[in-house]
Amino acid sequence: MTLKLGTWAIAGLMAASPVAADLVFPSLSYRTGPYAAGGIPFADGYADYFTLLNERDGGIGGVMARVLECETGYNTEKGVECYESTKGEGALVYQPLSTGITYQLIPKATADDIPIHSMGYGRTSAANGDVFSHVFNYPANYWNGASGAINHILEVNGGDISGKKIALVYHNSAYGKEPIRTLEKLAEKHGFELVLLAVDHPGQEQKSQWLQIRRERPDNVIMYGWGVMNQVAIQEAANIRFPMENFIGIWWSGAEIDVEPAGDKADGYKALSMSAVGDDFPLYDDLRQYVVEAGKAAGAGDQLGTVPYNRGIYAAMLAAEAVKVAQKMHGVDDITSGQMRDGMENLVITDELMTELGLPGFGPTFSVSCENHGGEGLVAVTQWDASAGEFVTISDFAPTDMEVIQPLIDEDSAAYAAENNIESNCN
Amino acid sequence: MFYREAGDFSTTYPQDSQTFPIRFDRWRYYAVLFVAIFVIPFMINDYWVNSIFMPFLIYAIAAIGLNILVGYCGQVSLGTGGFMAVGAYACYKLMTAFPEVSMFIHVLLAGGITAMVGVLFGLPSLRIKGFYLAVATLAAQFFLVWMFNKVSWFYNYSASGQINAPERDTFGILITGPNTEAWATYLFCLIFTIFSAVVARNLTRGSVGRQWMAIRDMDIAAEIIGVNPLRAKLTAFAVSSFFVGISGALFFAVYLGAVEVGEAFGITKSFLVLFMIIIGGLGSIFGSFAGAAFLVLLPVLLKIIGVDWLGWPTDIVAHLNLVIVGGLIVVFLIAEPHGLAQLWRVAKEKLRLWPFPH
Repeated sequence: MTLKLGTWAIAGLMAASPVAADLVFPSLSYRTGPYAAGGIPFADGYADYFTLLNERDGGIGGVMARVLECETGYNTEKGVECYESTKGEGALVYQPLSTGITYQLIPKATADDIPIHSMGYGRTSAANGDVFSHVFNYPANYWNGASGAINHILEVNGGDISGKKIALVYHNSAYGKEPIRTLEKLAEKHGFELVLLAVDHPGQEQKSQWLQIRRERPDNVIMYGWGVMNQVAIQEAANIRFPMENFIGIWWSGAEIDVEPAGDKADGYKALSMSAVGDDFPLYDDLRQYVVEAGKAAGAGDQLGTVPYNRGIYAAMLAAEAVKVAQKMHGVDDITSGQMRDGMENLVITDELMTELGLPGFGPTFSVSCENHGGEGLVAVTQWDASAGEFVTISDFAPTDMEVIQPLIDEDSAAYAAENNIESNCN
Repeated sequence: MFYREAGDFSTTYPQDSQTFPIRFDRWRYYAVLFVAIFVIPFMINDYWVNSIFMPFLIYAIAAIGLNILVGYCGQVSLGTGGFMAVGAYACYKLMTAFPEVSMFIHVLLAGGITAMVGVLFGLPSLRIKGFYLAVATLAAQFFLVWMFNKVSWFYNYSASGQINAPERDTFGILITGPNTEAWATYLFCLIFTIFSAVVARNLTRGSVGRQWMAIRDMDIAAEIIGVNPLRAKLTAFAVSSFFVGISGALFFAVYLGAVEVGEAFGITKSFLVLFMIIIGGLGSIFGSFAGAAFLVLLPVLLKIIGVDWLGWPTDIVAHLNLVIVGGLIVVFLIAEPHGLAQLWRVAKEKLRLWPFPH
């Protein structure tokens, strides 16, 4: 009886939406919950870039872009619901901004012929396009991040970190566990000692972890955190007077909102980056003119230029460029998700292209191929300047230790291919 | 009017003691089964299955399981999420160790393993009661989640700690993995839901169920009249965990496909299932279905109305969802503390007399 009642109730409410010629970009955003601090600006940036393209250029190649927002709350069940409810609308590419949801969608989206762009998150070994035909994680992945952090520590210490103690404070989930294997390999290679400290979801309670850091006295701390966990960790680090310049976060742990609660004590905190900081780009003039002042900004419209907002802009820019590549390749304007995948696979980002788009130096240069879905993995380092209230890039996009990372990617993706009977995609 | 008993005579004892003694009720039950088995599978697509039917069916099994423990035996448990995790990880280990075995067997075995774990954590219930038992099961919840995060054997040493369901079938039909058909996963879950409901209903009608209810109503009196509290409590834990384990296995293998223990089986899951049986009705199989439907469908419904129809911002709708669900829970508990099942019972009584109330 419940089944029947429920069926009728929902059946009455479901309305088929009109199918028009447009490019659909679902945005599985989270504006609620403990991870909203990062989710809101990212979703705003993602939506605003497409609004700008529609308002200024009349869409992409003459076809309007439509952003379908669906709230997931960083919850995998809601993520599935969002995926199922948006895929029928002609979704071109999914960017779930959650490693858990990405893991879930990898097999589903591959079966449905829809690409996933997990930009700097998700399953790292998806960089092997030979196995993961529909998953892309350019421009850099978690293992590039781990190596980038170690490279930076090496650089600061004159190239020798043997005998040093480095702690990893990580979100106790697939996301936080990703870098462990790489760091273990790097610890062998460079001779440092690795201390692992897990922080459970959502990360508000970290007293014991930082007490342990106080006791073990590591020389450096690397953090893989997200949402409220970042703010708490930086506050705790400030409380135990851990030297901030030895504290380095992954790119998801380096937003203004993460460091601001700790005030001046957060000065000197470092974070990796795969997109530029600040709003000093020609594109932002257009954004203000066509989107913000026209009252069409997503959300409250107050996030312009923050780190996660820029990353949303960057993700949208990469998606829009992939659409252009696909339109050129297939000679049609209203592309399908399969064509979008081809476009992503042949994407090349150069300095000229970024300058042309009004975003000079906004991200690293890279090119995608059938075998390599992860780009070249260049990583930059930023540092928080509390008095100026902004992140400053202190080292430019630099290569990471692919010697260590590539065998790990090959090993993990081969295991996935064997487990799921996946044949080579590229030959 | 609707529930006429006129002309509805029972001539044998089995007829008199069947689950639906009123003929109209019985036919309606058959009609629901018919629609669920023979009509819905031909009409549904991925969206309907993955967003509505599958979560509803799986949560209904979990709610039936918890209802046996809390509603029938009176042992408050906050460990549902942890026991679902046991079912999920048992199913994962079995799926990867014996790929050629049918999924039916894996899910049932996962339920069996969970039943054993449930008995283990049920042992303290012989000594402690009420809130103290709730705290003990809360410990089970945290311990199990911690263990599945910590011991890498459970997730086959994968780098991320996630478990992913590989493609498995039953009678040659794919049940797990990305290439499944909507009807296949729906029917697979439906079979388990019907099985659970029928078994639970008949257990609670029989001597085992009466023992549970005796323990629930007053355990000392029950002991004096000859109910063995050890057996009654532990069977309740075992049967309850069996169903919860099945729902956990289905939740992971068929519904989500990839699971992270802290996120999918955290304390919020325990509370969600507990809310389902409180809203649905403690000590009622129908209540388990009603509660599961209420808490699964309402957010989807509100999202469709708020976002798709009215075009409101997604965050406002998400917050409104919390407000409305919370508000409804409060209203329900004040207006009808016995849940939706009691509302249904009252409605049935009224309909029996309608249109002549006296």
